[in-house]
Order: sequence, then C-alpha cells, then structure tokens
Amino acid sequence: MAGVLEQILNGLQLGFVYALIALGYTMVYGIIRLINFAHGDIFMVGAFVGVLGYTVWGLPFPVAVGVAMLVCAVLGVIIERLAYRPLRYAPRIAALISAIGVSLFLEYFCSLNFVFGPNYRVVPRPFEVTSFSVAGVTASNIMVVVTVVVIALLGALQYLLFRTRTGKAMRAVSQDHDAARLMGINVDSVISTTFAVGSALAAAGGVLYAVAYRQIWPFLGIMPGLKAFTAAVLGGIGIVPGAVLGALIMGQVDVLSAAYVSSQFRDAIGFSILILVLLVRPTGLLGSRQPEKV
Amino acid sequence: MILEVREIDVFYGSIQALHQVSFEVAEREIVTLIGPNGAGKSTTLRALSGLVRPRSGRIIYQGRELSRVPAHEIVRRGLSQCPEGRRVFVNLTVLENLEMGAYTRSDRAEIAASLERVFRHFPRLKERVRQAAGTLSGGEQQMLAMGRALMSRPRLLLLDEPSMGLSPLLVEEVFAIIQDINRAGTTVLLVEQNAAMALAIANRAYVLGAGRVVLAGAVADIRDDPRVQAAYLGDVILDAPGCGPAAGTDAAASRSREETRA
Ligand SMILES: Nc1ncnc2c1ncn2[C@@H]1O[C@H](COP(=O)(O)OP(=O)(O)OP(=O)(O)O)[C@@H](O)[C@H]1O
Ligand SMILES: [Mg+2]
Repeated sequence: MAGVLEQILNGLQLGFVYALIALGYTMVYGIIRLINFAHGDIFMVGAFVGVLGYTVWGLPFPVAVGVAMLVCAVLGVIIERLAYRPLRYAPRIAALISAIGVSLFLEYFCSLNFVFGPNYRVVPRPFEVTSFSVAGVTASNIMVVVTVVVIALLGALQYLLFRTRTGKAMRAVSQDHDAARLMGINVDSVISTTFAVGSALAAAGGVLYAVAYRQIWPFLGIMPGLKAFTAAVLGGIGIVPGAVLGALIMGQVDVLSAAYVSSQFRDAIGFSILILVLLVRPTGLLGSRQPEKV
Repeated sequence: MILEVREIDVFYGSIQALHQVSFEVAEREIVTLIGPNGAGKSTTLRALSGLVRPRSGRIIYQGRELSRVPAHEIVRRGLSQCPEGRRVFVNLTVLENLEMGAYTRSDRAEIAASLERVFRHFPRLKERVRQAAGTLSGGEQQMLAMGRALMSRPRLLLLDEPSMGLSPLLVEEVFAIIQDINRAGTTVLLVEQNAAMALAIANRAYVLGAGRVVLAGAVADIRDDPRVQAAYLGDVILDAPGCGPAAGTDAAASRSREETRA
C-alpha cells in the first residue's frame, strides 16, 4: 500500500513538471491558435541555463531558476517575433511548420560543442537530498521543492490572469483579437507577453526536471514536451485549469504504467490517451462540446 | 469637423468593399450611415478604427491623419467603436469587460466615475457585474458592448447596428440612450439597418450602396427621398439591389454616379 502511495507521489511530482510545460502550450494556443512545437525545446534550454546557473556560474539555486526563466522568456518572445508573427495571417499550417523548424533548430544548435554539446550530462544536485517518511510513505525534499515552486507559480499565474490589467488583456485577446484592438489593447505586445510567461514557466519546469531526474541533453525537451502537449489536449487545449488537470493525470499515467505495467509501455500508454481523447472528446475534459469559437 | 473621410478605397484581398467613400462628421453631431446588407457600412467603421487599412484616400480625425495609426492608438485619441454583433468578451465578467473598455486610461477615480455613468445609462449591468458576459441575454450584451465602448470616454463614438436583435421596446431605450450620450457631448456615427429610427435621431445621413456613397444630406431630405422611402421606410426593409443614386441629389451622389459610368 505504501508502495502505491509512493508511486502516486512520484506521479504527482512528474505531473507538476508537466503542468508547467502544458500551461505554455495551452496559453499560446489560446491566444494565437498555434501549437508551439518549439515549446519543449524552450523547456530544455531552461534546464541547461538553470543547471549552468547553480553549477558553473555559482548562483544560488533560486537565482538560477530566475535566470533560466528570464532567459527563456526572452527566447520565447524572440521566437514569436521572428518565426510566428510574420505568418500570423498566413494559413495555419505555415506557422506550424515554422514551429517544427524552430524546434529542430534549437535542438541541433544546442547540440553544437560551443553551446551545450551533444552528450548527456549528469546534473549535480543543488542541495543535499534528504528523505523522510510519514506513516510509512517515503518522500524526498526534492518532491517538496517541486511542489512548493509549482504551486507558487500557479498562484502567480492565477493572480496575473485574473487580477492584473495585463492578465485580463491576455484573456480578452485570446477571445477576440479585433474586439481587443477596439479596446486600445496592443495585441502584438499581449501576444509577446503570453510567450514570455509560457516560456518562463517551461524554464522553471526544466530546471526542476533536471534536478529531479538528473540528466540533461539537447533533446531532453522532446518527450516531456509531447507528454505535456498531450496533457494540454487532454484537459482541453486553450483552457488554463485544463492544462494542470491533464498534466496531473499524465504524470500518474506515466509513473503508474512504468511501475505496474512495464516501463517499455509507458510512452505508448501515454500517447494512446492522446489518440483516445482526440477520438472520444476532442475538446478535452474541461472543453465545451461546442465547436471552437473565433 | 471632427472627422473627414476622403475618397477611401478598401479591399479584402482582391474584392473591393469601398469605392471612393467620402463623408464628414462635425463635432457634437449624430450622423448615420445606412444602406443594405453588404453595402460597406461595417467596413467603413472598421477602417476608421484601424482594423482594415484603406488602400488609398485619407481619414482625418481632429485634424490628423488616422490611416497609418495602429488600432490601439486610435482608441487613445478618443475614437471608440461598439462593433457589429456586440463582440463582448464572453469569458470575462461584466465588470472585466468594462475595465477592458477603460484599458487606455489609468486614472482610477475617473474610471470609477465613467463606470457610474455607464451604470446610470444601463442599470441592468450593475446588477450583473460579476456575471460572465457570455451568460447575459442578447439585449444585455448589447448594453454591455455600448457601455464598454463608452468606458474609454470617446469624443467620437462609432456604433455598428446597436439595435440588431433587440425587442422594439429595447430599441427605443437604446436610441434614447444614444441621444443622451450625444447630449452629454459625444459625437456619434451610427450605422443602422433600422433606418427609420436612425433618421429620427440623427442630424445628417449618408446612404451607402455597393461600397459607394449614393446619397447624402440632412435627415429630412433623406427621409423624403422616394427611393429611400421605398427601400428602407416601407413595411419591409429591402436589400435594395444596385442602389444607384437618385436624380438631383448632392455632390457626393453625382460624383458616385460618374464613377459608375466610368
Ligand atoms: N473579411 C472579409 N473578407 C472578404 N470580404 C469581406 C469581409 N468583410 C466584408 N466583406 C465584404 O465586403 C462587403 C461589405 O461588407 P460590410 O460588412 O462592410 O457590409 P455592411 O454594410 O456592414 O453589411 P450588413 O448590413 O450586412 O452588416 C461585403 O460584400 C462583404 O461580403
Ligand atoms: Mg455591417
């Protein structure tokens, strides 16, 4: 029994990381109806910058996380500016292909020796890892750090979206670009802000992932990116709470299927869910049944 | 003149929606733009708000050229639009919608005063401030859309078919509010299908047909024009096909007639 609970806690930790990635997918989709396939690679860049931050550059861990978030926010804004904005009014497939291009570019650029290099790196822990057990269930302080950081970031996001002028403008733009323009909202800058926020969250997820799972390389973002994308679709793409819900489910699916089915089937099971959702309920768990409005 | 539109051409791709449209609006007037479906009324308002760009021609607002100014800047200059079909932000609350209307402003006290003013015009909105806009009735959404457009404290308010889908009683109410807003100092450019009502409250009118100004003048003259009578003020409001200019009207009309021949 304690074993199952421990697995569920592991799934929760992974789900939290997926949530930070899934939010970026869903927010970007919500605002420009684009699946940003480069998002997983931003997560990877965040992981590298954060780890370099507290190792090579000697920054305190929280500062390293902040730097990773900032770097990725800027990276996300630049990507939107150069690769997506010029295609805003082109057929949607053009921006999608551009996103795949950006993704490949980031993966192979980061593989260059003068960037991060093509090899796996083992990540040193930023702090002493300690385990403790409550009622026979063992957990680690890593788990606590992940939980605290993710909940704090979710709270900050909630505050941004519902309490600030910028956040309300983001919600308005995601509903109706032209109506937002008529309010005097600069839609381009709101879109930039959305990329910045989504990318910063992915970066935080990247650093936590690196600390928890201790291996990074330039193709790190692919699998968590796809899992988080599945999570966003599962929850209802474009819907912020849906991304979190979907991510928590995907975290459990991953960990439980690895533990109780087979780790070889883990990804197959995860992506079967994507196919199933698309077939049975394409608008996701929290999506309305109505076809998508403008 | 608060607004002068000079010979604008607007295209959607290769389709020309406006042909050499010219008109003007004086400070504190109510001017109405009427015409059949697809005449280009909404396109005209979209051009004024910067949502579409004229390929040629000029839009001069308060003495300054508007046709290169970004849409979000135009609101800051005091020109606000309540668009066709309401376009409220359905997932935002009523209050948040109104806050978005005041997006360009930062003075909290003044914004609160504007909010009170909107609630005076539309008391029903006040009871529903926390409700998602998408759950309002059509009439309430129309009120919200108008209130939202007022929140930027416009000098020139563009209204695109504010009576669409409203019950006759509510139409009366909305038109009375438009007059109130105008009396309080806001210039109004009103696009309407309900020509009779629009002509009843406006000072001057322009009739658009197939992307051209086909008639212009004081409302009394427009109302008495036999073709307007036939097309808009009878029992049925027709989608007048090929709404050409009537004989003996003003310069705008004859100019457009010459173009038709050319
Ligand atoms: N986005 C668009 N793309 C292509 N054509 C358009 C677009 N919007 C409008 N049009 C065309 O431009 C012309 C003018 O349309 P507009 O919406 O301005 O008419 P309107 O006078 O407002 O009509 P209504 O009374 O039905 O609202 C129409 O022929 C319409 O089909
Ligand atoms: Mg129209």
